[in-house]
Amino acid sequence: MTKFLKTASLAVIVGVLAMNSADAADKVRVAMLVKSLGNGFFEACKEGGIEASNELGNVELIYTGPTTATAEGQIELMNALIAQKVDAIAISANDADALVPVAKKAAERGIKVISFDSGIASGRLLQLNPSNASLIGQKQVQMALDAVGKAGGDVAILSATAQATNQNIWIAEMKKELAKPEFSSLKLVSTVYGDDQADKSYRETQGLLKSFPNLKAIIAPTSVGIVAAAKAVADQGLIGKVYVTGLGLPSEMKGHVQSGATKSFAIWNPVDLGYTAVYAAVQFTKGELKGKAGEKVPVGRMGTLTIDDKGEAAMAEPFTFDKDNVLKYAKYF
Amino acid sequence: MTNFNLTPLPPYSFTWGLRLMRRWEVLLAVLLLLVMVGNSFLSPYFLDPYNLADATANFTEKAMIALPMALLIIVREIDISVASIMALASLLIGLAAEAGVGVPGLVAIGLLTGLAAGLLNGTLIAGLGLPSIVVTIGTLSLFRGITAVVLGDRAITAYPEAFTDLATMKVIPFVSLEFALFLALAAVFALVLHGTVIGRRLYAIGLNPTAARFSGLNVRRTKLVLFTLTGLLAGLAAVFLTARIGSTRPNIASGWELEIITMVILGGVSIAGGAGTIGGVVLAVFLLGMAGFGMGLVNVPGIVMSTLIGLLLLIAVAVPQLLARFRRGGEG
Repeated sequence: MTKFLKTASLAVIVGVLAMNSADAADKVRVAMLVKSLGNGFFEACKEGGIEASNELGNVELIYTGPTTATAEGQIELMNALIAQKVDAIAISANDADALVPVAKKAAERGIKVISFDSGIASGRLLQLNPSNASLIGQKQVQMALDAVGKAGGDVAILSATAQATNQNIWIAEMKKELAKPEFSSLKLVSTVYGDDQADKSYRETQGLLKSFPNLKAIIAPTSVGIVAAAKAVADQGLIGKVYVTGLGLPSEMKGHVQSGATKSFAIWNPVDLGYTAVYAAVQFTKGELKGKAGEKVPVGRMGTLTIDDKGEAAMAEPFTFDKDNVLKYAKYF
Repeated sequence: MTNFNLTPLPPYSFTWGLRLMRRWEVLLAVLLLLVMVGNSFLSPYFLDPYNLADATANFTEKAMIALPMALLIIVREIDISVASIMALASLLIGLAAEAGVGVPGLVAIGLLTGLAAGLLNGTLIAGLGLPSIVVTIGTLSLFRGITAVVLGDRAITAYPEAFTDLATMKVIPFVSLEFALFLALAAVFALVLHGTVIGRRLYAIGLNPTAARFSGLNVRRTKLVLFTLTGLLAGLAAVFLTARIGSTRPNIASGWELEIITMVILGGVSIAGGAGTIGGVVLAVFLLGMAGFGMGLVNVPGIVMSTLIGLLLLIAVAVPQLLARFRRGGEG
């Protein structure tokens, strides 16, 4: 019996080997490797990826990721993708360095690797950032002006910690924008720090509302701060007098948008990010793009990416959410 | 002290339980064959020497620790702190690399950290007589906690190239240094467990610790040595994992203890102690490794993989029990 099994399986293996050599893959196979499965943000990226592959046609999208967000899990999956000889990989990495050797190995075997959202340090052709600091600063000031109207008025900023690198860069950009003539009607009266804690952000907002009775808008470039500020405005009965805007998550902000404490807020749109990542990855498989500074990558409905001298590119200004679209996105993130 | 008797045991001296395990190995081998054949059908990329060589890297470090873990489980103990020992060893290797220590020094630090952590487990368990599951739950949190406190949200990535090359080094084409080392270790473990009096003592302790002690076996010292050995091999695994990914983060190797114990139990080692073979564990390592790699090739989501492996494990635990019950029922 065992002898028969051995002979039979040997025959099967030989047969399969013969069949496999004739396997033809003419579709462009692109893998989207995310930090972990079951994360709403990446599920939304996947939606965008599917949209891009349908639009481009002849693209097979492989959506994968480890069950827990670890570098080891992603390396294992990278090995599996390399083994399948996919044409391109777009990865959001759990570790900027640990994925570099395996990304280089993929490149050696002719696979085009790009990173998006959370980048890898090297070994990729492009790091796709959802946005950049100046676009983020500009967007928030614009939303504040839209909320209070042409007449303008006093605005304040509620940030995370005083040392938060990202927030400080964005605040500097906002100040640059406020200095421009089109925003001259807005007057920045104060910047306070809620340390990304809900209760401290809430108390700082209460302080702002007391100290500046003519306050018209609060800009909170942090997803914790914006929720706390909107709640404080609502609790003080100031809905319609003081508007909260900034960067937030649709799932956390939908209530405040519906109550009117917030007219609009922004964040990078993960659907657009997934769309752009897959679209760009496919462009690299055509062989003309090398990932050099100054190269332009066409990305369909999102326009064109320009690669900078660090091999990075910014997708777009943050996407605006208001009462018309917040519920649609709230189910993702 | 110990007198090495290398003559193999005559087959009739195995208990019926061991004979059952031998059949379990045949079952594992058949399953492994089925998985290989199934994978080659499902994916055209499976039977490719480069790919199979890459695939071994995914499980070799876990497999190294499965060997001493099998011995521990045979003597009715368990060490669930192994992945945290790896994290601690990787941390110290990383700090040493940042201080400019050379490759032999880094390897030595990894091994010594593992050894010391294992010795601590062993002293608490064998010395103070504490239950191993409680002690190693404690050290699991302790070792991982130290790593997290020292690293914070930082990662150590400053590894010299000569160190990270350890992971890609090939002894012969397609066989990496770490995989060759695992095979050599497996041979040594099999020889000691199945061919020497030391192995027979381990089974004796697992089958009945009290009787073993009254027969003059030094149960405590044996357990101390086994925990230290487990720590040492966790240190060795940490050396290779750190070299392979070139980065130390607080969550390095997290959750591996369960995968390692899965290899051992699926390999037919009885969780009640006293039974199991190294051959079975090695077969289970390959079975899990090949099944995981094959599922990866056809992009089965990780959560489905875990579910299937969980099912496999339940079957592995339930089948011998059911067979034993059936046998007893038949007799009485």
